[in-house]
Amino acid sequence: MSSEPDPGTARDTPSVPLLDVRNLRVRFPGPREGRRLSWVHAVEDVSFAIDRGRTLGLVGESGSGKSTVGNVLTRLVTPTSGTVRLDGQDVLAARGARARELRRRIAMVFQDPYASLDPRRTAGATVREPMDVHRTHSGRAERNRRVAELLDLVGLVKETAARYPHELSGGQRQRVSVARALAADPDLIVLDESTASLDVSVQAQILNLLRQLQDELGLTYLFISHDLAAVEHVSHRVVVMYLGRLMESGDTDELYARPAHPYTQALMSAVPDADPAAERDRERILLGGDPPSPLDPPSGCVFRTRCPMALDACADPVPRVAVADDHTAWCLRTEDALSPERLRGLVH
Amino acid sequence: MNASGFAVRDLSVVLGRGKRAAHVVRGVSWSVEAGRTLGVVGESGSGKSMTVLAAAGLLPSPAAVTGSALLGGRDLLTLSARELEGVRGRKLAFVFQDPMTSLNPLLTVERQITEGIEEHLGATRRAARDRARELLATVGIPDPDRRLDAYPHQLSGGMRQRVMIAIALSCGPDVLVADEPTTALDVTTQAQILDLVRERQERTGMAVVWISHDLAVVGGLADDVVVMYGGQVVEQAPAETLHGSPLHPYTRGLLGARPLLGARRAQLTAIPGTPPDPRQLPPGCVFFDRCPVQGDPRCETEVPELLEVGTRHYARTFCPEDDR
Repeated sequence: MSSEPDPGTARDTPSVPLLDVRNLRVRFPGPREGRRLSWVHAVEDVSFAIDRGRTLGLVGESGSGKSTVGNVLTRLVTPTSGTVRLDGQDVLAARGARARELRRRIAMVFQDPYASLDPRRTAGATVREPMDVHRTHSGRAERNRRVAELLDLVGLVKETAARYPHELSGGQRQRVSVARALAADPDLIVLDESTASLDVSVQAQILNLLRQLQDELGLTYLFISHDLAAVEHVSHRVVVMYLGRLMESGDTDELYARPAHPYTQALMSAVPDADPAAERDRERILLGGDPPSPLDPPSGCVFRTRCPMALDACADPVPRVAVADDHTAWCLRTEDALSPERLRGLVH
Repeated sequence: MNASGFAVRDLSVVLGRGKRAAHVVRGVSWSVEAGRTLGVVGESGSGKSMTVLAAAGLLPSPAAVTGSALLGGRDLLTLSARELEGVRGRKLAFVFQDPMTSLNPLLTVERQITEGIEEHLGATRRAARDRARELLATVGIPDPDRRLDAYPHQLSGGMRQRVMIAIALSCGPDVLVADEPTTALDVTTQAQILDLVRERQERTGMAVVWISHDLAVVGGLADDVVVMYGGQVVEQAPAETLHGSPLHPYTRGLLGARPLLGARRAQLTAIPGTPPDPRQLPPGCVFFDRCPVQGDPRCETEVPELLEVGTRHYARTFCPEDDR
């Protein structure tokens, strides 16, 4: 299954995807057991691609490996194996000036704007930093002009440049983080739970801003989140991860209308509905217990120990099932999972 | 309200003095009866948690608290510190957002559960341990015998929150206050916890106050919902009514701001701006500067009353809208 082209690439685009991740594997050293080394299987054989100007939603819960994937792209984590290509160029093999240039092209916005901004730097200095590092804009005056332009772009008044993080609200801070990410003209922005710590009303401001910036600047996003509704709202395509593996991937509308993996179905059924009547009538798929340890993942499908539809055969290697043109599930039970009775209580 | 319910009446909290005085809770009233669930919804700084912390005497002393908090026929605000200790944990139990900071990292799970049972119910160590084991099984922790000797860091986030719930349930409280208990948890774990609390409530008939920033979490759980903003109740209604015909522009804003599963919208209706500073509250409607309606000359100068606008439905606005 690993050498085939991934369904991440939409079929009708002849060009190279902006980002192409193949067979990514990340293992961290775990605790020693006597003389034996143990390994945390954080990401196992993950492949996906993102076309330019599009958003890929990467959904998963804690321990799914979704943040590790983002950290590989921004070179915060070195993978055990696999390739990452940006516009066809090998990101992981690049050295020196070429590595710096590739690094410039992939920016990141973190989850917590309280923790990710330097409290001793003004917003202006924070936004200017990537330009100083990558020397993308020559001269102090030019960089300061660009800072004002970026602040305006993310909906902040230019006086914000002189403010320190503690003088800003959570929403304003996250706008500063977005402005900083934009500073060195990146192609791809990795958004790791970037709206998760914000209040609902402010979350909507940032989601709208991201969408508007994408329309205006043709940006490409990897939107990493545990929030299925937010992912559906912003993503063109979606990838679902569990315990470091791909469970399902596909076009957003298609995947949300016909979730084909029992794990995706459980995730969707767990999202609370604001409508009390709908909430009462819904069928819930409750998962038992906690995910297994990534030090010792189950054989075959890693979800089988909690899967309500698991069979003995799920301990064997997982088949990759093409559900539709751009919709893949890594599951033996896909056909039964897609039965109308199952989907009825699930899809909104 | 019957004897085993919980109510706050005209509760206000002021932190600090003089010019720096922050009016964080302003004249809040609500009640919840035995066997029922009240959802309290609001964003950071709305006063939703402050209200219950003040009612339980859990705010630091510079806080000035007025009004009343009625539980079992007594006003908690008139009780001595010692009397309050007999109520908290016994009649009124809390589950907070972050189980890692609410649990003592140095004590075993057993000790944290048995402490209250011995203190409030006068149980022996042995009886308390048996009860703790029973409670762990009740909240769905596998292999409770082994978990009794575990420390918090040895448990997953979901399990820690289950331990918190076991502690809260240990003395059979009349009222459970759940303050964002699922916010730090994964969605599938959140669903487990919601289910657990629902099931325990059905069995014990306790009243539940569920505090959340997310209307959706409260939607399927609460019988009645209170929406708070800037320290005030801005709308209050049965859950179905609040979802079906919200009248306050803020409530409508909250409902429109959240992405909904299966309903992709071109644009979320974000609420512009930020909540008011409790040290500099506006003279008129507290939501005025962020309000998309601003449909009455009084909005800017006069604080609207919380008026009955339908059956058990109250809203604090000059501009009720019901064209949803």
